[in-house]
Amino acid sequence: MTSDKPTPQSHTTTVKKLMFVVVGMFAFGFALVPLYDVFCDITGLNGKTNDEAVAYTADGIDTSRTVTVQFITHNAKQIPWKFKPLIQQIKVHPGEQKVVKFYAKNQATQAIVGQAVPSVSPGIAAGYFQKIECFCFERQPLQADEEVEMALQFYVDVDLPKDISTLTLSYTLYDISEKIASL
Amino acid sequence: MTTDTLENTEHHEEHHAQPSGIKRWLYTTNHKDIGTLYLWFSFIMLLVGGGLAMIIRAELFQPGLQIVEPDFFNQLTTTHGLIMVFGAIMPAFTGFANWMIPMMIGAPDMALPRMNNWSFWILPFAFSILIGSFFMESGAPNFGWTFYAPLSTTYSNGSTAFFVFAVHIMGISSIMGAINVIVTIMNMRAPGMTYMKMPLFVWTFFITAYLLIAVMPVLAGVVTMVLTDTYFGTSFFNAAGGGDPVMFQHIFWFFGHPEVYIMILPAFGIVSTIIPAFARKKLFGYSSMVYATASIALLSFIVWAHHMFTTGMPLFGELFFMYCTMLIAVPTGVKVFNWVATMWRGSMSFEIPMLFSIAFVILFTIGGFSGLMLALTPVDFQYHDTYFVVAHFHYVLVTGSLFSIFAGTYYWLPKWTGHMYNQTLAQWHFWCSIISVNLLFFPMHFLGLAGMPRRIPDYALQFADFNKWVSIGGFAFGLSQLLFLAVVIKCIRSGEKAADKPWDGAEGLEWTVASPAPYHTFSTPPAIKDE
Repeated sequence: MTSDKPTPQSHTTTVKKLMFVVVGMFAFGFALVPLYDVFCDITGLNGKTNDEAVAYTADGIDTSRTVTVQFITHNAKQIPWKFKPLIQQIKVHPGEQKVVKFYAKNQATQAIVGQAVPSVSPGIAAGYFQKIECFCFERQPLQADEEVEMALQFYVDVDLPKDISTLTLSYTLYDISEKIASL
Repeated sequence: MTTDTLENTEHHEEHHAQPSGIKRWLYTTNHKDIGTLYLWFSFIMLLVGGGLAMIIRAELFQPGLQIVEPDFFNQLTTTHGLIMVFGAIMPAFTGFANWMIPMMIGAPDMALPRMNNWSFWILPFAFSILIGSFFMESGAPNFGWTFYAPLSTTYSNGSTAFFVFAVHIMGISSIMGAINVIVTIMNMRAPGMTYMKMPLFVWTFFITAYLLIAVMPVLAGVVTMVLTDTYFGTSFFNAAGGGDPVMFQHIFWFFGHPEVYIMILPAFGIVSTIIPAFARKKLFGYSSMVYATASIALLSFIVWAHHMFTTGMPLFGELFFMYCTMLIAVPTGVKVFNWVATMWRGSMSFEIPMLFSIAFVILFTIGGFSGLMLALTPVDFQYHDTYFVVAHFHYVLVTGSLFSIFAGTYYWLPKWTGHMYNQTLAQWHFWCSIISVNLLFFPMHFLGLAGMPRRIPDYALQFADFNKWVSIGGFAFGLSQLLFLAVVIKCIRSGEKAADKPWDGAEGLEWTVASPAPYHTFSTPPAIKDE
């Protein structure tokens, strides 16, 4: 209790403890960034797919189910590329490997390095969408007017929750020329 | 608690040479002066933020674009929100805390008076930066007060840096204010003033101060990330660089949800002080009120994602945040029933502070109920980003927080100024406010349910009638606040001499000192009697 007259020392002690909380919470705000990544990695919360190639592990093909995989593409602002999937959607059995192609053309007058970032919806399905080979694992440098067909080889895990019958894979294409140049 | 001594009222002015004029206010370390500064500052900000709202309502008076461009409209809604949250409501409560907490716990001043001076005087700079950005080429922030990435990063209009530094300064000010309150309460209570004898306003602000030091640093962190994403090429919220824009919302609302309780808990404290005074009964359940406040504060940390139900969370997440949010209705219900039970069979009289407090209980409960509706995940998908949300948070912030600030001002104004205010004019202020505020915000519920989106300068024709009423209510509510200004100025200048304890049912140490409260009070701590 405070029956003794408060001294400047007791104030300093309390202030020090409180400043510790303040600094700790500031650090906690930044710690949320890696924590969020780990959390999403475990739960597939943010629709992020594997960013490195996985080997195909044949657990057999579940022919009793058919899953529709849809492909959509977006251009992030200011990248003057034509970028589209060659087929809009494909039906696969879980466990079955498929290859689909994407088309890209640089319509600018100078070379641009592009990077496609994938995302799966519903997010919970992201962990079951396995890419064996993907153009999104690499940067795509294209000269002016150069065009390219890019391959995606994938399979859908047989453990995909039963209530999911349609997956949408979205690619957003970013211009990363400046970032590459500044490295 | 009562005190049996009146010897605390002696004057000490002769001990110090008082600087006069502007220097008195610039250099002051006196908690009463700083409280006054905070209160005036927050009132000016209320008028500025209210002025912006008047332009918003003028634009929305009829469908179509009449007065402002859509981009400027976005700047108006953004700065209106920022100014009202950080400039009007929060500094007003800090003003109350500065004025009243030392007097309520029998302390001579705040524990850290110089820091107190600093935490006030950096605020005008923060708001000069924010408001000044209106007059710059890029314009003021236009990404909403919630500054969601990528609106505030990739698509920023160039005002992000000013916004970020303004928020940093506001945050530093709030953190210093909070530290000061905690140290004061922990170290400077009068002998015999145990924690469970502290007046409820002290308790609620004590808990609020802890919320502030816990979440304002997180806000500082997230605005820093926005700053580096915008100007220094980091990718916290940029998917191209491996970041995630949804993570912004998680970090922001981790700050943002406790923030809404920062703005309402002190209001609970003020109302819990006023209702027993005019019902002439002890508060029905003091300790349940303390525990309810603490539970609300703790729960506020695990409900943030109810602002984000439509971001595509897994079902488990939606259920978790829905149930946790609904759980908050329990301690809040404890409080509402506590106030009602205090009034039950009390000898009630309806002075102005009581009128505002009763209005608070009823209208805040309406805002609480619409919050409960928003907490339900399935219906939130319909209500999300509509005027229903706008109606909800204005009911809790205007008829909740702001009304408690009015109530508190009318309750303690005689103590601050030494004069009674003009009761008739104050009655006019109350009745004009209560009618216009409901005309202003109640139809917004229906607009939202019918699907009118928020933050849009134009709307479909079927919303025209309601919007016209809302705008009329808005102008009336705005003008009514000039009555408040008139009451306060008249009360400072003249008026009937106030007694030391002008409300016969009032309790607390602040009523044991003279009116107006002497510049220095409780230089020797009062004795607290056991009851």
